[in-house]
Order: sequence, then C-alpha cells, then structure tokens
Amino acid sequence: MQTAADLAAPAKMQSSRRHGQRPARTAHWLLILAAMALSALFIGVPIAVIFTYALREGISVYIAQITQPATLHAIWLTVLTAIVVVPINMVFGICVAWLVTRFRFPGRRLLITFIEIPFSVSPIVAGVTYLFLYGSQGLLGPLLESHDIKIMFTVPAIFLVSLFVTSPFVARELIPLMQAQGSEDEEAAITLGATGLQTFFYVTLPNIRWALLYGAVLCNARVMGEFGAVSVVSGAIRGQTNTLPLQIELLFNDYNVTGAFAASSTLALIAVVTLILKYVLERKQAG
Amino acid sequence: MKKLFVYATVALALGLGPVKAAEPTGILNVSYDVSRELYEQVNKAFTAAYKKEAGKDITVNQSHAGSSKQARSILEGLEADVVTFNQVTDVQVLHDKGNFIPADWQSRLPNNSSPYYSLPAFLVRAGNPKHIKNWDDLVRDDVKVIFPNPKTSGNARYTYLAAYAYALEANNKDQAKAQDFVKKLFANVPVFDTGGRAATTTFAERGIGDVLITFEAEVLGTRKQLGEDKYEAVVPPVSLLAEFPVTVVDKVVDKRGSRAIAENYLKFLYTPEGQDILAQNFNRVNDETIKAKYAAQFPETRLVTVEDVFGGWDKLSKEHFAEGGILDKVFTKR
Repeated sequence: MQTAADLAAPAKMQSSRRHGQRPARTAHWLLILAAMALSALFIGVPIAVIFTYALREGISVYIAQITQPATLHAIWLTVLTAIVVVPINMVFGICVAWLVTRFRFPGRRLLITFIEIPFSVSPIVAGVTYLFLYGSQGLLGPLLESHDIKIMFTVPAIFLVSLFVTSPFVARELIPLMQAQGSEDEEAAITLGATGLQTFFYVTLPNIRWALLYGAVLCNARVMGEFGAVSVVSGAIRGQTNTLPLQIELLFNDYNVTGAFAASSTLALIAVVTLILKYVLERKQAG
Repeated sequence: MKKLFVYATVALALGLGPVKAAEPTGILNVSYDVSRELYEQVNKAFTAAYKKEAGKDITVNQSHAGSSKQARSILEGLEADVVTFNQVTDVQVLHDKGNFIPADWQSRLPNNSSPYYSLPAFLVRAGNPKHIKNWDDLVRDDVKVIFPNPKTSGNARYTYLAAYAYALEANNKDQAKAQDFVKKLFANVPVFDTGGRAATTTFAERGIGDVLITFEAEVLGTRKQLGEDKYEAVVPPVSLLAEFPVTVVDKVVDKRGSRAIAENYLKFLYTPEGQDILAQNFNRVNDETIKAKYAAQFPETRLVTVEDVFGGWDKLSKEHFAEGGILDKVFTKR
C-alpha cells in the first residue's frame, strides 16, 4: 500500500537523478527496449485480441451482440452502479481525508490502515461476508425477512459490495495531498471570517479538486470492472442483476466467443477512456 | 448539509431495493451454467403457449451459474420459482438445508422429475485416429484423456462414476479392480481443469489429448460449434444416466403466489413441443414421437443408474466423495 511517504519518494528520486550522471547508453536503450517489448507482449497483445475477436465476424455482428437486450441491460446496470457508488465514495473519501489530516486523535493511524482493508482483502471475501450478514441464513437475515426487506440478490446488493470494494480509492488520493498542503489556507480563511461551509467550498475543494477527480476516475474503473464480490451477491438474473463482467463470463461459458469479446470490448473502451482521463488529471494535478 | 446528502443518497439506493411485490407476471428459473441458449428457446415457446392458453403475458427470467452455487444462493434468499439443475444432489440440498421443497420432490413429475437426460460420452479428433470406442480404450498407454477435476466439477464426477460402473461390471463387481481401473484412467489425464468449459478449451484450443469426456449434449454441441469435420462424437456401448432434475421451489412460489405459472412451466418441458426443443439442443428425452424424430442423433446405448450401481446419491456421496472416500484414495495416489 502507498503511503504519503511513498508518494513523496519518487519526487526525491527524480531530483537526485537529474543531478546524478547519465547511465551507460547501451544499457539504457536495452532496458527501454525490454520494457517496451514486455509491455507489448503482456498488455498490448491481449487488448488487441479483445478487439480482433470482437470484430472477427464483422461490424454488424458486433453491433448485434452489443445490442442484445441482456448485454445492453448489463451495460446499463454497470453504468448505474457507477453513478450510485462513485459519488458516495467521493463524499466518504473527503470526510475521511478531512478527519485524518485536519485532526489529531487517538487511533488516527489505525483508522488510516482500517480504511484500506477493502484493498487488502479479496473481493470474494467481501461478497461472502455480505452474504453472511444479509443473506436469509445470515446474521441479519431473519430480521430483514420479518420486515420483508430483501437486500441480497437485488440491485442494491451490487451497490453495497461495490461501495465496500472501492471505498478507499478517493480517500487514498486525498490523504497524502491534504497532508502535504497543510491547513494554513483554511486557517487563514477562518481567521478572515469565512464560515465552515465557505471555507470548504472556496478553499478546500479547489485545492483538492484534481486529486478528488483522479480518485473518482480510479474508483469508477474499479466499480465497473468488479467481478468477484458482485458474483456472490448478484444472483446473476439476466436482464435484472447481471452486470457487464458477469455477462461476459456467461457469454464465454456459453461458447459465444464473439458476444463475450464484444461485451469485453465495451469494458476495454471504458478502461481506455479512464486512462486518458487519468493522464489529463495527473497533468492538471502536477501543474 | 453533507450529512443530509449522504442520507439522501443512501435512502435513494435503498429505495430501489425492495422487490416490487405486485401480482406475479413472471417467474425466475434458476439454472446451471451452460443452459442459457436452451432455456432462451424454451422460454420463448412457453410464453407464447401460455399466452394462447391463459391469455396472459408473462416473462420467465433466467439466472445461470454453477448449480451448487445456485443452490447456495437460493438458500440465502435468491427467489427462484423453479430450478432446472444438472445435479440431483444440488436440488436435494434445497430440502436438506432449508426445507424449501418436500422430501418427495423427485416423485412429483415423471422420470424422477427429470424432463431430459444425458450421459458421459466421448469427443475425439476427426477420423478417431486412436480408435477409441469404449471405456477400456481410455486406460490404454497411448491414449491421453481430458476431463475436468472431479473434486471441483460435477460433470467430471459423472465421468468418474461412469468409468467406475463400467469397471465394476467388467470385473464381476470387484471393488479393488474397479479402483485400479479409475486410477489408470486418472493417470492418463495430462491436465485437470477446474470446470467443463476450461477442459474443452484445453482439448480444442490447446490441442492436448486424444479424447474429451463430457455429457453427450455437450459433446454434440461442442462438435457443432467447433466444426463437424474436425471432431467426432463417440457414444460408448454402456454409460451412466445423468439426470437433469427440475422442481418448483415451494417456499418461494407459495410466498409469491406464482405456483400455477411455475408448475405450468415445468409441465411444458414434458410436452412434445418442449421435448422437441430439448432434443434439438442435444438432450435425450422420453417422449416417443420426439425420440423417433431424433433417433439418428442419439445412438443406442445401455444406461446404468446411480441407484442400481451405487445404491443412490446419499450412499454414493458418503462412500466416494466424502473426505477420505474412494475418490480421494484413487485420485491422490495416482
């Protein structure tokens, strides 16, 4: 896991490299070549395969596969999940980052570690845990059932596990930044008579906006791609609770290779857009 | 205000939650993982037939995954009106672990509540170069066999049981010799994949092995999918009956008031129209006229049953599949 110290490290390394001597030319080029070849082999080829297979029966078959009602619904459900989950996690991230960077209290470090738990446990564990909590035979199952509330195997179950799995993304981006920025700006604003809300919207938010968006973009990518946790709690009802990653597995198990790759290509496209956004945001953040 | 926003969002998220408990206009069929296209066709035909008969539009929703996982999900609250599985034990769990269905569920519909059946059969490469015809060809030294890991795949358990049943018969019910036979069979398997889909990939795309063993329905379906000129189907002269059990999930249909539609749906599978769709998708059926229509597709073979050879699923699970059972003995010591 990255911490604020790790994030600070590359900057230091870069500056020392600038002053140090240039590495030997051949070794330099060999390393670059090796890195390029490996990236092409391990990243470029699989991505190329997705699009080749998706399009191998022609563009019209591709479009027909994507617009199959079940696949279309899976795409919509995946987008809906992101629409619900990402804003909640942005608010959560800001709250947590605010709390741990602006206040000193016992257990602060523990809290920072604690919010990173979703990163370190496998998503399937998250799914199974939710099942044991909210499933009919789970801890809260009988209570929920007596009130006729159903959570597992419905769309909100997908929201819940996605929230859990992606909760650290925004906070992790904000904490190091807010730590580095310190609270002088906000203190100045308060001293000049700004209210808490004014301080937040005119001082804090503009300071962290790019990191916040960057975290949101990462969170979004993860929400849309989540498979393990969602697979446990969704029930995979076609046209109701089947997300795009689940639909891809289903099509693949069905020997519908073109359909599976066509659906995969939409996820891959989302990934490409995410990368571009990420690049732009990184530059904004640096600049 | 921030707090308010959080509450509002959570409320919104939960508000979408509780399932609409209106008059049931549809049912959920929870099924195994490779049956999607089959039930797509069945559902289309059923909804049309139901509309003609009852004058009502209904929808049949589908959920597909490994049937053990599906059974678990139903016990945890997935509201399945009917299940259509490929393992008797996975339906039985619904009675044993949660009393979702009565103990006598198997006698509620014809043929042990199994509207169609299949059997472990062989897919070989074009021309059958290794002349694989029967189970004893699989233990020859020059034959490499592909099927998934029987510890993880229900499909492979049928392969294991069919081979075991064959060996018992060939050796006058000598258990030790039957165990030697399956041990030799396991020794001829170069890779054990976790599931049937992965085993097919190993055989077809990686080109490993001389013969792939899976249900006849999948053998024929895979052959059609991958090229009828590249592979041949071989049905051994004796194999094991693999039932595809179905049942109404009583606890769910009584709660939702959907029993009539659910029962109608399962009965449809037994009608000539339903049986025709099942046979088109390479499943063997019991309806005489449909049987005659598809006779060319399904070669004659003699089927033994789990009840006759192994004394039922209960006894079988304890003796063969339990921790330290016969499967563990022959599988690890290969």
